Amino acid sequence: MHPLFAGTGLRLSYDQRVVCEGLDVTIPRGAITTIIGPNGCGKSTLLRALCRLIEPQAGQVVFDGRPVAAYGRRALARRLGFLPQVSSVPPGIGVRELVSRGRFPYQGFLRQWSHEDEAAVAHALAETGLTDSADRLVEQLSGGQRQRVWIALVLAQDTEVLMLDEPTTYLDIAHQLEVLELCQRLNTGMGKSLVMVLHDLNLAARYSHHLIAMKAGRIVAAGSPAELLTPQRVEEVFGIRSQVMPDPVTGAPMVVPISAAISP
Amino acid sequence: MTHRLEQTRVWRCGPCSVQWVPRQTLAVGLLAVALAWLAVLALGTGKISLSSAQALDIVFGGGGSPLERKVVMDIRLPRVLTALFTGAALAVAGGIFQSLSRNPLGSPDVIGFTTGAASGAVVYFVFGGTSSVTSAAFAVASGLLTALVVFGLSLRGGTVASYRLVLVGIGVGATLSALNEVLLLRGELEQAFTAQLWLSGSLNARKWSHVWPLLAGLVVLMPLVLLGQSRLMLLEMGDDLARQLGVHALKVKGFMALGAVLLASLATGAAGPIAFIALAAPRLAAFLVGEHGRPLWPAALTGAVLLLGVDVISQTVPFELNLPVGLMTALIGGVYLVFAIPRLRSF
Repeated sequence: MHPLFAGTGLRLSYDQRVVCEGLDVTIPRGAITTIIGPNGCGKSTLLRALCRLIEPQAGQVVFDGRPVAAYGRRALARRLGFLPQVSSVPPGIGVRELVSRGRFPYQGFLRQWSHEDEAAVAHALAETGLTDSADRLVEQLSGGQRQRVWIALVLAQDTEVLMLDEPTTYLDIAHQLEVLELCQRLNTGMGKSLVMVLHDLNLAARYSHHLIAMKAGRIVAAGSPAELLTPQRVEEVFGIRSQVMPDPVTGAPMVVPISAAISP
Repeated sequence: MTHRLEQTRVWRCGPCSVQWVPRQTLAVGLLAVALAWLAVLALGTGKISLSSAQALDIVFGGGGSPLERKVVMDIRLPRVLTALFTGAALAVAGGIFQSLSRNPLGSPDVIGFTTGAASGAVVYFVFGGTSSVTSAAFAVASGLLTALVVFGLSLRGGTVASYRLVLVGIGVGATLSALNEVLLLRGELEQAFTAQLWLSGSLNARKWSHVWPLLAGLVVLMPLVLLGQSRLMLLEMGDDLARQLGVHALKVKGFMALGAVLLASLATGAAGPIAFIALAAPRLAAFLVGEHGRPLWPAALTGAVLLLGVDVISQTVPFELNLPVGLMTALIGGVYLVFAIPRLRSF
């Protein structure tokens, strides 16, 4: 069986600035995969390249055995949902209406709101605990609730793959856990594959099956959290000294930083 | 605080399903009625006063005396239609640009496009042109050119930031409006006078030759931009989110911007640079129908009602002032800027 994504020889850049060069990557199917690495290492760039938001200058991304560039725009949107780091809330929009916009890839001039659209939105609202807030204005919600609305939008898109770019940034710890537990439910309960970018190593280790560590546009290592997270690796990737011990709650590796500077 | 939103209704038939919002449908219906009423009122207003029944009989029944027929069919009807189409075209152009720039000030009359379109027509008039079809063509060409210059100057790092677009647009608009004045000084007195009157935005002496280019533009462009508006709404959430939903962001933006510039230029070509309609009509429409789904249609009707309404008022104010409609809208627009814009939610 094909891997979910396979990127080979990727050269990725914004304008003139090359972010990644000759990058090879494989993302497994049916798992939660998290890309970690310091700021500016190309995590988001890679995620965006996987879902065709940026086109590689060289190399290609293969999604489910077929080049991602060969999919139709809407056909791809029915299989891949991507949630950017920042999106803007249109003024005066309600929760249900915003979530409904996730159904765009299924709609047409004469198919504006089918029963499937209705069901998918109701399901997305229920999964994210927003059913009771469906008629509220999005701009009146807190940051944590708002993030759930955006996740509900990509859920309503009803794709087998969800790509989330830093879904927990700007959220307090309770809302971070809430978002990641939702991700876990989507994976185990609904069989969706998830690809995320996260900054918190311990949350990444706890909620992911597969980690990809990046540094300066290269993939330094990939594997299960237990294989990947060692003090040497953390030092290599993030430039910090740390101890790694089992998380007393889940047994996943837990990184405890010692100091930022690398002492001789 | 819980804010109850109006429900969207769905009409289904086999595989087809069409969405509608009761409040929006009601508001659009009321606007259409208001528009029809204003149009009939305008047809009967003037030195020869006509009742609604008489005016309708002349237009649709071929009644009335030869003089009345001439006044209604050759003077008042073209004026009414110019007002209606200009208002609608400006409002739709305004709605598109405000959405694209995500800024209530990003409207073609603020960011210099209508002034730019006017420059083309002024050049044509000052050099002795008299055809209103050719002046419309000049307006469209210079409107497009202005838009290209404004976009070009606002472009940095491959994107156009909203605030930069507005600032550059205001700058270019101010320069062009000074240029228009200079052009007036260069011309012969009579031609300069024609151009000056036209520059203040006037619906006086509109002929069928003003109506046709505008109508043709509307017939072609309106269905296209109305079809594009659901994608435009998705782009308000940010390019990445819209693109991942299957929207070709660059194509939609380019297409809608081009449509809006053409609509604004055609409107300016027909009636001169008319302020305020493009700025205010989309916001007023949103206020009337709620910020729901597809706002360009209500905006078009609101713009038509506004401009026709202002024209009727300007013709019926006492003291025989008979102000050019552009001055009236500018007057109201100033008040709107001072009182409404600072209260807008999106600011």
